[in-house]
Amino acid sequence: MKTLRTAFHNRLTVAGGVVVAILIVVAVAAPMLAPYDYAELDAARVLEAPSPAHILGTDGLGRDVLSRMIYGARVSLLVGFVSAGLASVIGVALGAVAGYFGGRVDTLIMRLVDVMLCFPTFFLILAVIAYLDSSIWNIMVVIGVTSWMGVCRLVRAEFLALKKRDFMVAAEGLGVRPLWIILRHGLPNAMAPVFVAFILGVAGAILTESSLSFLGIGVQPPDPSWGNMLTEGKATIEVAWWLSVFPGCAILLTVLGYNLLGEGLRDVLDPRLRNR
Amino acid sequence: MTSYLVRRVFGLIPLLIGITFVSFFVIQLAPGSPVDVATDLNPKASAEVRERLQKTFGLDQPLHVQYGQWLGRISRGDFGRSFAPHNRQVAEMIREALPITLLLNVMSLCLIMGIGIPIGVLSATRQYSVPDRITTVFVFIGFAMPGFWFALLCMLLFGVELGWLPISGLQSLDYDMLTLPQKILDRARHLILPVGIAGLTGLAGISRYMRSSMLEVVRQDYVTTARAKGLDERTVIYNHALRNALLPVITILGLSLPALIGGSVIFETIFAIPGMGRLFYDAVLSRDYPLVMGVLVISAVLTLLGNLLADVSYALADPRLRRR
Amino acid sequence: MTAGCSRGPETPGVCEIAAQSGAVANGDSILLGSIGDASNLIPMRAGDSASHEVAGRIFDGMLAYDRDLGGLEPRLAERWEVSEDGREITFYLRKDVRWQDGEPFTARDVEFGFKTITDPATLTAYAEDYLQVSRFEVIDDHTFRVSYDKPYAPALATWGSMVVLPRHLLEGQNINEATEFARNPVGLGAYKFESWGTKRQITVLANDDYYRGRPHIDRVVTRILPDQQTQFLELKSGGLDMMGLTPLQFTRQTEAADFTRNIRKFNYLGNGYTYLGYNLLREPFTDVRVRRALSHAIDKNEIVSAVLLGRGQPAVSPYKPGTRWFNDRVNDPQYDPEKARALLAEAGWTDSDGDGILDKDGKPFRFEIITNNGNEQRAKTATIIQRRLREIGIAVEVRTIEWAAFINDFVDKKNFDAVVLGWSLDPDPDQYIIWHSSKTEPKQFNFISFDYAEVDALLEAGRRTFDADERKKAYDRFQEILVEEQPYTFLYYPESLPALHCRFRGIEPAAAGIAYNFKDWYVPQSLQKYAMTASP
Repeated sequence: MKTLRTAFHNRLTVAGGVVVAILIVVAVAAPMLAPYDYAELDAARVLEAPSPAHILGTDGLGRDVLSRMIYGARVSLLVGFVSAGLASVIGVALGAVAGYFGGRVDTLIMRLVDVMLCFPTFFLILAVIAYLDSSIWNIMVVIGVTSWMGVCRLVRAEFLALKKRDFMVAAEGLGVRPLWIILRHGLPNAMAPVFVAFILGVAGAILTESSLSFLGIGVQPPDPSWGNMLTEGKATIEVAWWLSVFPGCAILLTVLGYNLLGEGLRDVLDPRLRNR
Repeated sequence: MTSYLVRRVFGLIPLLIGITFVSFFVIQLAPGSPVDVATDLNPKASAEVRERLQKTFGLDQPLHVQYGQWLGRISRGDFGRSFAPHNRQVAEMIREALPITLLLNVMSLCLIMGIGIPIGVLSATRQYSVPDRITTVFVFIGFAMPGFWFALLCMLLFGVELGWLPISGLQSLDYDMLTLPQKILDRARHLILPVGIAGLTGLAGISRYMRSSMLEVVRQDYVTTARAKGLDERTVIYNHALRNALLPVITILGLSLPALIGGSVIFETIFAIPGMGRLFYDAVLSRDYPLVMGVLVISAVLTLLGNLLADVSYALADPRLRRR
Repeated sequence: MTAGCSRGPETPGVCEIAAQSGAVANGDSILLGSIGDASNLIPMRAGDSASHEVAGRIFDGMLAYDRDLGGLEPRLAERWEVSEDGREITFYLRKDVRWQDGEPFTARDVEFGFKTITDPATLTAYAEDYLQVSRFEVIDDHTFRVSYDKPYAPALATWGSMVVLPRHLLEGQNINEATEFARNPVGLGAYKFESWGTKRQITVLANDDYYRGRPHIDRVVTRILPDQQTQFLELKSGGLDMMGLTPLQFTRQTEAADFTRNIRKFNYLGNGYTYLGYNLLREPFTDVRVRRALSHAIDKNEIVSAVLLGRGQPAVSPYKPGTRWFNDRVNDPQYDPEKARALLAEAGWTDSDGDGILDKDGKPFRFEIITNNGNEQRAKTATIIQRRLREIGIAVEVRTIEWAAFINDFVDKKNFDAVVLGWSLDPDPDQYIIWHSSKTEPKQFNFISFDYAEVDALLEAGRRTFDADERKKAYDRFQEILVEEQPYTFLYYPESLPALHCRFRGIEPAAAGIAYNFKDWYVPQSLQKYAMTASP
């Protein structure tokens, strides 16, 4: 409870949390919030500036930007959550195994982590995603599979530390099965930093998707993601500012929100950084 | 120290093998083959042409044979020839692009350290103060801004509206006819936007890391001792704490290299800079397998060397490690 | 020397001044933009448009299409003769042509080029046309004759720059690995190669000894700018002199005074069309009523106005309106959703279960339109089609796929329902490889599997005669059948939208576009922007 209270002391963390919460609500309630069908097009109302009818204007096919932004929140958050979630799952699994068993398994996994960390992640993502069908699922899987290394190291370190602790030694002495020990005792202890890494990972994945969209291989239209909306808006930046400013700011705010929340939580959860 | 170095270098061997393995197989995941791109939907390309290409590229061999042959060649420093019609040596193409990307990244790194470290120290020494919060928001905005959007806005403002800076490229059309000082100025003007933007984007990492590192050090015994000795706070922070807090930052420098190289795809595309990022992405699009694998290996090995360098300097700087 | 580029708003615009000052002068440079870098400047070895554009300035062919794209005019050959039976062509070459290194150009160079391109070891995508040649004879240094087993009407036009190579420089070399020549070629065209900074720029300089007279513009610099938006900003700020605009840039971003005072825009119908092609091996596209219904349900005008912002025309057939080969008497299915519904009902498709989707024998009418990624116009087109078809009760999915995978896994394997794609149009009307029923194998271009005996016969007839009127008759009938059958819904012909700095004069738009007389473009002395130091 004390940590929670400390968290609330930091207004930036709170601000980040509020942004994140609002976004999640928007994404979940998209069908209720969107004033129009996000795919409804109207060739007669192309690139209209914001007006009472279309609060955020219309895009290159006459579709309502606000509705697309709202559905875009869904797509972008989905990409963020699933990618970061997948990265966390892989990272936790490999990290726990490496940290618990040690020895050869540990060496093998850690060498793999070292190798993966040597590559520019974005290069690996490009090399794979450029050829796959750029469906949301492929993008999420590829981002997830290329960004688990940080979590893996975290969890392993946590396990190594735990292993030396009395209660683990005791548990093993009592003949409790290794898997059980990992699940029951190891994981909960490692969860806090993993959670922080997850939060930061969501932000990273949203940015990565927007970079992929810029190169034309992100989430593909007609599905709206903020990344592909921003890319479309880039071409019209001088005639239709609303097409780039809104998605751009949405990405900016979201990523900022996740980062502030993540960093704030790290401060709170990491005793070494906590203020006296 | 020597034995540390030797051990460290030998430790690289499995990593190198791992790097070549990932580099080779990642592109094999892709459906389709380079021959499809070489012939496109060209109405005049016949089936024989395709088979001929297939054979010339050695793509009719089983995968493990291709890997073995390739590994043998790169161990002799031969990265093969590009599949593109110009058929140039991959090594030569990388040699052209690498210095450009290195120049940009080294300059960005300098900028990042020059601004990020002071920000980190400030944030740490005055945790949760107003300046801490302002700089935190500032560095995160830099990080959270989609890079290509940020770049485009800057190009519009400084290139088109104000006309202060060139929009793209690395040098002016008549660069070769300029005098040396003019050349330097010309280069600098072209570099301001890409380096500045890459720098701002990367500020968050270093400054936050510096902040944590500093926060940690400030709580250590020797700092408390220094304080207890009655040394004034400035001396404590800058003489004792900062030096020790900087040490771990050395290692993160090596680790931040891949992120910078990866991000270069975006900046090099929008600013029309012929570096590694562009080289890689064009190679991916045209399924130039030897070039894709070559760039992956080289950039990974560079990172490896960067890390080695960082670790060695860390060891040199840290007396506890030195003695081992 | 650097360029003095005055920015003051008080001076009249370049366009105004240029309209008054007319004297032809040599000098100045033109800066062009290219999305991708060239790959190889030997024409037969390159597959990309960037390479062909640069190589096209350095090399020349026997002949070239004229400005109206109606006929062929002499280049390296001063004349040619087609034999009575149409099986032999004799070319008489000019005697005053020299390679840029001073060696004379002869029929041996063409023979060398021909042998190289037909050599199975040469990696080229262009051998097909030349493999039709049964015999190549050099008659003397400036005369050669080519023979075909059967008359081949498109043959003449194939004797362009593809087979012109300097034998004295390349003989004995492996053309696939002639890296040195490919990056530093010696040609005989209007420009000679100067320098190539990888992924940066390619520079060519005027060839003083060009046999058709020296071009006026001293230097052509092709800058490689991978991002289209960057190109446009460079155009506005003077870093580019010419680029192809997007419809959006053309209609909405080029009105302001600071643009129009310096830059001129052109628009004319381009050489290509975009279509929705149906897999004719798959139900329900086997039924012509269904295909006609789909064409009636798609509003081509809407696509032109939304995707091209009006800068194009609804397409009717695979020929360009306004050219000799276009049949303007065909009845294209007009946008008429009611008629579409009626046709579908006739074919058995009704909404019997009331879910809003048509069905037949319990199967709903659903299909997938695929297109390659990275082409915004095609993706938008597919999106509009998706919307309109939904309105008559057809559920369409749109999917974009990376090019190589798109071709390899979907098009070649005939694993698709419908595709949105485009073809570019050749001035020659022969479309055998796209529509003939023998061209339906994997990797061939009749991937929709169109099989229609009369069309086969017409396409063969059109290839076998050099008589333009007879060809016209065959291709007119061919178009009637296509419009009737609707194997494709022909969607639109986009316009080309080049923008060019006003200081360039001598531009005469024609059917061939604006670049065909590039060598005659010039910049009046007072307007020249880049002064060149004497090249060594």
